[in-house]
Amino acid sequence: MLKEFSSYAVYSLFGMAQGTRLSGAFEFFIYDTIKIFLLLCVIIFAVSIIRSYFPPERTKRILSNKREFIGHVLAALLGIVTPFCSCSAVPLFIGFVEAGVPLGVTFSFLISSPMVNEIAVVLLWGLFGWKIALIYMGTGLLVAIFAGMIIGKLKLEKWVEEYVYKIKSMGISAESTKQAFKDRLVYARENTTDILKKVWAYVIVAIAIGGFIHGYVPEDFLVKYAGPQNPFGVPIAVALGVPLYSNAAGVIPIVYALMEKGMSMGTVLAFMMAVTALSLPEMIILRKVLKIKLLAVFVSIMTVTIIGVGYLFNAIL
Amino acid sequence: MEIKVLGPGCANCFKMEELAKTAVKELGIEASVVKISDIGQIAIHGILSTPGLIVNGNIKHSGKPLPSLEKVKELIKVEA
Repeated sequence: MLKEFSSYAVYSLFGMAQGTRLSGAFEFFIYDTIKIFLLLCVIIFAVSIIRSYFPPERTKRILSNKREFIGHVLAALLGIVTPFCSCSAVPLFIGFVEAGVPLGVTFSFLISSPMVNEIAVVLLWGLFGWKIALIYMGTGLLVAIFAGMIIGKLKLEKWVEEYVYKIKSMGISAESTKQAFKDRLVYARENTTDILKKVWAYVIVAIAIGGFIHGYVPEDFLVKYAGPQNPFGVPIAVALGVPLYSNAAGVIPIVYALMEKGMSMGTVLAFMMAVTALSLPEMIILRKVLKIKLLAVFVSIMTVTIIGVGYLFNAIL
Repeated sequence: MEIKVLGPGCANCFKMEELAKTAVKELGIEASVVKISDIGQIAIHGILSTPGLIVNGNIKHSGKPLPSLEKVKELIKVEA
């Protein structure tokens, strides 16, 4: 139905000639735009409803005093639905530590939350297909679980700033999270509009890249530098991605362009993970609670893990 | 009445402060609006996602999206 509508819009409404490169690009653009925005609305709305059951306070309670494996798995999963923006990273970190959430489990959450979320998954689904979206989500969770477990095993609590352990919260907590389902729907609607307002421009740019640059720049433009044949493609992409700061929506146009022009899938996914999970501004913010040594360990573990993921996918995809 | 707006200083935190001040003015009540931006203090107050709004010691809101002005007025009014 969407396909018919797109052709109708391009050829009847705009009266463009059939079979030219431009009209083809337009048709693709309209089709993809509608498809992806429909997906975004439906999925963000659905996830927002789930999210209303897992505010950070509840996530903190669920994770406190959970040990070992189960804590990491839960933390990574809750990271999908519990949002946090980098300006909340520090209060959240302190709150988790204070509530007795183990350090490694806290990290699993801090890694998963910005990297694996519904926006990333929908955009990957819409642009690359559901398989790639699932692969990204699955490996993102594994990276968060794995990196958090290593940090937990290394017993790095001593490299958290001392004052963090001295903070005792006043024990006031948010009012009961029991809301009427109607309120959750209102929240979901507000959250969906909020997110759409923030991401729509990036999404349009990404789709435009797919529709218009496609065919104008040679497809194998990047193959020589970043194709599966180049063993340094993954580390270079990750090294470039670490200092870059963007959310999943912001990085999508770049990712799409890179992939269109011949960068291999593993390298593209590794780049996206590096951009969303690690960023210079977030490190500067986290420096308020973590000693520089712990930050360095965190960045190193993440870099190595993400590079590993990139190689793995280049080998199997 | 004591109203605290908690946030390290991102755009949303300033908006929340404005909302609280406007709400107080429109409600015509006596209340002090205090901005808390020290991260340790924010954590002590039990706020996990910013911006936070605390009225008379009760957490009324935390995180995004921000509540509407009407909602903020309501949150403040029940404590008055």
